[in-house]
Amino acid sequence: MTAPVRLGVILLCHDRLDVAARMARIWAEGGARVAIHVDAKTPGAEIATLRTALADLEGILYSRRRRCDWGRFNLVRATQDAAEELLAACPDLTHVYLASGACLPLRPVAELAAHLAADPGRDHIESVSAHDVGWTVGGLNDERFTLYFPFDWRRQRGLFDRSVEWQRRLRVRRGMPRGISPHLGSQWWCLTAATLRAILTDPRRVEFDRYFRLTWIPDESYFQTLARRHSVTIESRSLTLAKFDHKGRPYQLYDDHIPMLEDSRCFVARKAWPGATKLLAHFPRPPAELPDPAPPRPARIERLINHTVRRRVLGRPGLYMQSRYPRKDAENGKTSAPYALFQGFSDIFPDFETWLAERVPGDVHGHLFGPEQVEFAGRPEIGPGAISSNPLLRDHDAQGFLTALIRITGRMQIFQFSPRDNQVLNWFIATDPNAHVFVITGAWMLPLLHSGMPFDDIRRVSAQLQRAELEHVEVLNSVWVKARAQVYELADFLARPEVLMGEVLRQLDPQVVPITSLPDMRDPAGLAQLLRRLRNSGLQPRLIGAELPPADPPGTERKAAE
Amino acid sequence: MMRFNRFRLPARVRRRAERQWLIGRAIQRRGALRAVADRTAAIRPADILAFVTQRNERIRLPYFLDYYRDLGVRHFLFVDNASDDGSTDYLRRQEDVSLWRAEASYKRARFGMDWINWLLWRYGRDHWCLSVDPDEFLVYPHCDCRPLAALTDWLDASGRRSFPAMLLDMYPRGALEDETYREGGNPFEIAGWFDPANYSIAKNKYYGNLWIQGGPRSRAFFSYDPLAGPALNKIPLVKWQRRYAYVSSTHMLLPRGLNLVYDENGGEMASGCLLHAKFLSTFSEKSAEELDRRQHYADSQEYRAYHAGLQGGTRLWCSESREYRDWRQLEDLGLISRGNWA
Repeated sequence: MTAPVRLGVILLCHDRLDVAARMARIWAEGGARVAIHVDAKTPGAEIATLRTALADLEGILYSRRRRCDWGRFNLVRATQDAAEELLAACPDLTHVYLASGACLPLRPVAELAAHLAADPGRDHIESVSAHDVGWTVGGLNDERFTLYFPFDWRRQRGLFDRSVEWQRRLRVRRGMPRGISPHLGSQWWCLTAATLRAILTDPRRVEFDRYFRLTWIPDESYFQTLARRHSVTIESRSLTLAKFDHKGRPYQLYDDHIPMLEDSRCFVARKAWPGATKLLAHFPRPPAELPDPAPPRPARIERLINHTVRRRVLGRPGLYMQSRYPRKDAENGKTSAPYALFQGFSDIFPDFETWLAERVPGDVHGHLFGPEQVEFAGRPEIGPGAISSNPLLRDHDAQGFLTALIRITGRMQIFQFSPRDNQVLNWFIATDPNAHVFVITGAWMLPLLHSGMPFDDIRRVSAQLQRAELEHVEVLNSVWVKARAQVYELADFLARPEVLMGEVLRQLDPQVVPITSLPDMRDPAGLAQLLRRLRNSGLQPRLIGAELPPADPPGTERKAAE
Repeated sequence: MMRFNRFRLPARVRRRAERQWLIGRAIQRRGALRAVADRTAAIRPADILAFVTQRNERIRLPYFLDYYRDLGVRHFLFVDNASDDGSTDYLRRQEDVSLWRAEASYKRARFGMDWINWLLWRYGRDHWCLSVDPDEFLVYPHCDCRPLAALTDWLDASGRRSFPAMLLDMYPRGALEDETYREGGNPFEIAGWFDPANYSIAKNKYYGNLWIQGGPRSRAFFSYDPLAGPALNKIPLVKWQRRYAYVSSTHMLLPRGLNLVYDENGGEMASGCLLHAKFLSTFSEKSAEELDRRQHYADSQEYRAYHAGLQGGTRLWCSESREYRDWRQLEDLGLISRGNWA
């Protein structure tokens, strides 16, 4: 341990002076000199209460009151005044901490002093070069230094926006005073008295003040920039834990944050919800025998806050609910997990569903989008997540149906599809990277072949199904496809079913056991004849493929070859 | 609303006309309310207020009042619609309740909304106002450790004026009559189950709200006409201003901006749930009575469907039902979200 630390604290307050009084008492009783600045807009009666509440404490300074507006230079001016008064009143201070009336000290002031004493020449101020940061709100990074900001962002928003726009159009670029380069950082800092004095008594201060007066949010840049000019060593990390959301509003802290805050070992946290009585009573922790100078470890609480910011900005993929209803293509993940759609397979292999269920890890459903019923695996009345099997309900919000099903189940969802089913989700599925789509075009012919329906009906149904499938294939061939889509023509597939089926299963699950047999197949005999009849009746079959396997069953063919 | 459609006016103008019509109507019909106990002088500036319409809910009231008192509701403004079960006397005795009595038709008062809109207009200004029924219990992120005032302060700080809470129908594991609900008891100890994922959403372009349907009612009572099932979207918590009005129950409001409680760019905004303790042992009596009165929405179609369904011993429970644990469970299921309220 080296020279003792004499700590001074500047408290900037504007409302909830009852909480501020409490904070001032914590600092003062911990041995710090306190200077309080109260916003000039705060009613006088409240200040009188503050003064009486702190009457028993000696040496509390009340600095000259200025009107403070968010993002304006008067906040810096208030800080400068308070710092000057504080340094004049107690010339023996070694460090000055800038905090607000809502900043809650988490650890005893003595521990903060011990931490500062470990390296007494170090300035704790977050100061990041403005050219390199990406975390400021409102898209104004460089511009907050190169444009003029005469208007208040909160009260004169229209004028503010218009003035920025005009300056951009006129290509206004303010010159920075020579010798400084813009830096940004948290407005809560702890500077050594030497650095602070150097900033306040800089011979060029008038020039700097004039420059910063019209920058935007100078309380995040004035001291941060000038500290770079005067400081010997900078620890570019604020001792105050203060996180902001994506709109630049500070996070509030509540009773349930107590364990995490304790764990973070931060010295000061901002800002406590005034009603969080347990939190306010719990902190600061009582001083230990020997002050522990360990540095803060805010990683865990920062992770929590970053996590909630992500949730607010990006949300959970595949979730559609009362407070998240993304526009088309702004979903950030259309669905929450991979799923697979098989079209045509169950037409070729009547027992495909059970066969597949034994081979891949996942729930294998029937035709989820079938016209008669939602065919959940095992055909229950009520499917996973209590989703109804009523097709009317499903079609009312088909996208919600599919996404809810995928989200509520733990395993991969696999379902059959056909041109008979509801086609409304074709684009949604085709543009979803989670989707695996396997299509055998023209496979719907096989059940028709065996249906025994009159030819006229077969022709009519074929025309409908072919049109539907052509549209679907067109979607799958578009340039917008994000799904992993495999489209086979029926003739191709029938030519080498085992190889292609193996390919399909491997794409679904790379560790799949190689297949040795296929499920029972519908007999394609007579298909060529049917196609010829369709063609001759004026319907051009377009999805079957170039060459069908010979119309006769393979056995007879071999005989003929002999 | 169809009423304003026949003039070919821009939607904005029609909405404004409708809003003014709703407010005017509420003010004009204020005479239907007779003050039984007016303690509104005790309301202090930042108090959170609850606005409730009730009819013959005596047995539910003690738990209801205690639940919301614990959350930090400071004053209850009740409209009692011609109760005859002693609930009037019970409410009159509560220190933090102001009570009005309405003998008029519930249906003709737009299902009570005229009365509520009037009370909101008169007493709700600049307060956070919670408009709920006696069988609706608000659950929001962190509700186990943060009072309602923490939520409303945060909403204020984030510049939000309304907070959505979807209606989540709760039901018991067995038949409704199996376990009798006793006064003061927690209804969710009996009706502790809900549907986790059975909800469909459509956007209403005119009012800007989301229209959510589904849940156990649509699969059990409305299977013959599933699209006629009740709406589940609600916006019960609003920082009230005199130019606001509820349009249809608490499903949506005007001006339209109050209904935009969801993010369309992929993010999540904060939201809660109203646990709906309708399906208790008290339900079948109630549905028989309401069936006679025909005072409910769409000619009491809901109650008729329930009555038919429940007579046949319908159970709402199914093997996919989930048992309610806490708000975290609802958040994991994606029914509510904490948004950026860390």
